[in-house]
Amino acid sequence: MRNFALKLGPRMSTTTEEIKSKTACFHCGENCNDETINVDDKHFCCQGCKTVYQIINRNDLCSYYNFEKAPGINQKQTIRPGKFDFLDDKKIIQQLIHFKDQSQEHITFYLPQMHCSSCIWILEHLNKINPGIIRSQVNFIKKEVTIIYNFNQTSLKKIAETLALIGYEPHISLNDSNGNKIKKTDTSHIVKLGIAGFCFGNIMMLSFPEYFSFGKMEDSLKQWFNYLNLALSLPVFFYSASEFFISGYKGLRQKFLNIDAPIALAILITFSRSVYEILFQVGSGYLDSMSGIVFFMLIGRYFQNRTYQNISFDRDFKSYFPLGVVVIESDSSEKQVSVVDLKPGDRIKIHHEEIIPADAILFLGKATIDYSFVTGESLPVEKSIGEIVYAGGKQISGAIELEVIKEVSQSYLTQLWNNDTFKENGDDTKKSFIHQISQYFSYTLFLIAFFSATYWAFNDQSKMWNAVTSVLIVACPCALLLSSTFTNGNMIRILNKYQFFVKNASVIERIAEIDTIVFDKTGTITEQTQSEISFNGPTLSDSQNQLIRSLASQSSHPLSRSVLSCLPFYKIFNVKQYNEIKGYGTSGLIDNHDVKMGSYLYITGKQNASLVYGSEIYVSIDNEFLGYFAIKNNYRSNLSKIVDLLKKRFSLQILSGDNSTEELYLKTVFGIDTKMNFNQKPEDKLNAIKALQQKGSKVLMIGDGLNDAGALKQSDVGIAINDNTNTFSPACDVVMSGQRFHMLNELFLYCRKHKQIIYSSFIISIIYNFAGLCFAVQGDLKPVIAAILMPVSSISIILLTTGMSAWHEMKLKYKT
Amino acid sequence: MSALFIMIGASLLIAIGFLIAFIWSVKSNQYEDDYTPSVRMLFDNTTIQKKENEIKT
Repeated sequence: MRNFALKLGPRMSTTTEEIKSKTACFHCGENCNDETINVDDKHFCCQGCKTVYQIINRNDLCSYYNFEKAPGINQKQTIRPGKFDFLDDKKIIQQLIHFKDQSQEHITFYLPQMHCSSCIWILEHLNKINPGIIRSQVNFIKKEVTIIYNFNQTSLKKIAETLALIGYEPHISLNDSNGNKIKKTDTSHIVKLGIAGFCFGNIMMLSFPEYFSFGKMEDSLKQWFNYLNLALSLPVFFYSASEFFISGYKGLRQKFLNIDAPIALAILITFSRSVYEILFQVGSGYLDSMSGIVFFMLIGRYFQNRTYQNISFDRDFKSYFPLGVVVIESDSSEKQVSVVDLKPGDRIKIHHEEIIPADAILFLGKATIDYSFVTGESLPVEKSIGEIVYAGGKQISGAIELEVIKEVSQSYLTQLWNNDTFKENGDDTKKSFIHQISQYFSYTLFLIAFFSATYWAFNDQSKMWNAVTSVLIVACPCALLLSSTFTNGNMIRILNKYQFFVKNASVIERIAEIDTIVFDKTGTITEQTQSEISFNGPTLSDSQNQLIRSLASQSSHPLSRSVLSCLPFYKIFNVKQYNEIKGYGTSGLIDNHDVKMGSYLYITGKQNASLVYGSEIYVSIDNEFLGYFAIKNNYRSNLSKIVDLLKKRFSLQILSGDNSTEELYLKTVFGIDTKMNFNQKPEDKLNAIKALQQKGSKVLMIGDGLNDAGALKQSDVGIAINDNTNTFSPACDVVMSGQRFHMLNELFLYCRKHKQIIYSSFIISIIYNFAGLCFAVQGDLKPVIAAILMPVSSISIILLTTGMSAWHEMKLKYKT
Repeated sequence: MSALFIMIGASLLIAIGFLIAFIWSVKSNQYEDDYTPSVRMLFDNTTIQKKENEIKT
């Protein structure tokens, strides 16, 4: 679930204002080619949009059109009737709803089409269209609508149909069936933060009188304040700071000294010494410093972990697969079945534009299957009856019937998820260099404490404990934790601005260490839309077009297929003397004309080195040269520029599931020495990454499809790229928008600044620590000094990290 | 000075009241969605909208 255009309102209205022409569709804003579809003086681009308008109008919901201009969703693609029939199944309903009583059911739908404030408005007034709906509430960031409905008056299926009718077709995938209970976000973090902040403020306030009265305060009042402080510090110590103790203890049990352990020690010592001082009335303790530091550290953690909740980083095939499928019974009646219940031998019906859920044999119908997303093949594959069709492909030529041969979980595609790579759940936070530094820091600290203890042991024993505890209090590595959490938080926030969404902070650190970048081809370095083809030369007559189409229809070569797709309506003649020379072209005698199609060399007999292979198809009829079809390669713009920049710092590679027709072209962009592998199965990709890592490379993989899922998971950093805001992306560390592809190099360089920022803020904190230590080793750390040092050092670290992240962002800004 | 004892205690009690209110607001998921309510509050009631339409036409 992602939404690259979180801010709506102003952005939406500027784009729609550009389409001020008379013929813009009143509903969706697209240009109307046909001006005959009118109602109430309003033009519509298609019948679908008109119908939606009429429904909205009939129900007095026309305010929909007042919040935004043309807010609707284009209705040119109609939804098949009966698509939501599976929502009548009791078992499926049970899996989807998250609450039920005698009359009500609660359901949450994901609506990827949601995009503006009008959407929110109409979706919250659904009960006007379907009175069975009691209440509906939108969460815009998550693009979800929660609907409470009376199941005696309406049904889940009817609600889904209502939504689809007004253009918000709910996205229901197999993933939703695994107990779609509302995932409660963990709020304990915010509560801990709130309590720490509250106690810190009050303790600070109650400590001030003592700091500024210079000993002139009444003893009874002083005691009263101290006891209040002690009471206020209890929730901080036992509740807010608990995560430091737990994490430190967990680390120690695994024989790993993480940064939380010395922090927990410092908190513990500060607290016990303060309790001792207050109870025995020898001083007022350091409770204000303690709660202050806990508060600041919790803010840092919160800031760092506040990643975008609307982006999901760990999806698997389940969110891509449909939930219900039509099974044809032996008496040829149709029944809706949940995909997980499919058994080998079941006959299923797949409609146009639907995804095949399990490996199956084609039984009936004409199958043209688009595997681009699961295998990376750029062109659809035709299958004839009796052939095996693999799960994950999308049928694009009408309805077909299939016989299932394997269960969903056993299919060729889903087996990838059984690979060990998906079972490891490595704790990436452990590897962070922060823990390394904190270890050195802690050891140095223990040494200092030890030396000051031995010194005082011989000189003034009464000061010994005082000195040791003061050293540990003043010099806890909390400044280091603050520098890292605030730097991480800032960088994540800034990267998000450039539509580069990282899963967590450790990803930034890992990106900084990358030396090899592996690209997928289809959808990654090419745009995710289909390639365009156009004819260059004098306009062809209809009969010439017929001849060319006839010849192209004979070959299964991808280029011929592209030509075929651009001349769709012409009749196909018989081809005699058909001849195809691999790598050159095809020829044939059609209707007594000698038609030839192929490379420049093949048609003209002359070499032309300046031409790029595979992007132009030359045509001649009766040896008369007519012109050429140019395939506008759909590589991302400025690809070669980006590659040149990246090549300076990284070694590049291509792993493609597609065939090698474009290898020559890619070599001209990436250079001869770039390793390229084609026809790679998902497992091959995973193993290729593994092999690179065994050679010691730090690999970053950029891909988009399900076939990259294994490689993305195996690589040190997996980036899923995607052009469309509501398409699926596989499990990965980073989700980035295709529109920012040109900034890759800058984004990587920015991540490399991460360490530098942390180090510099850490140096600042060491200076403060040193000042504090000077007092501490003398056994003379006054609470007021600790109370000044703590917030001053924390705030200067926060300012420094924020300033430096913003400063380095300049380069990113310049690039956009 | 004894007034100070009571005043400080009372002020703390009030502050704790606000802390409890804060915790309640967090627990009841008021921070779950911080965007949609900001848009929702700008919507007029449907009835008002209808009148406006009548005036326009």
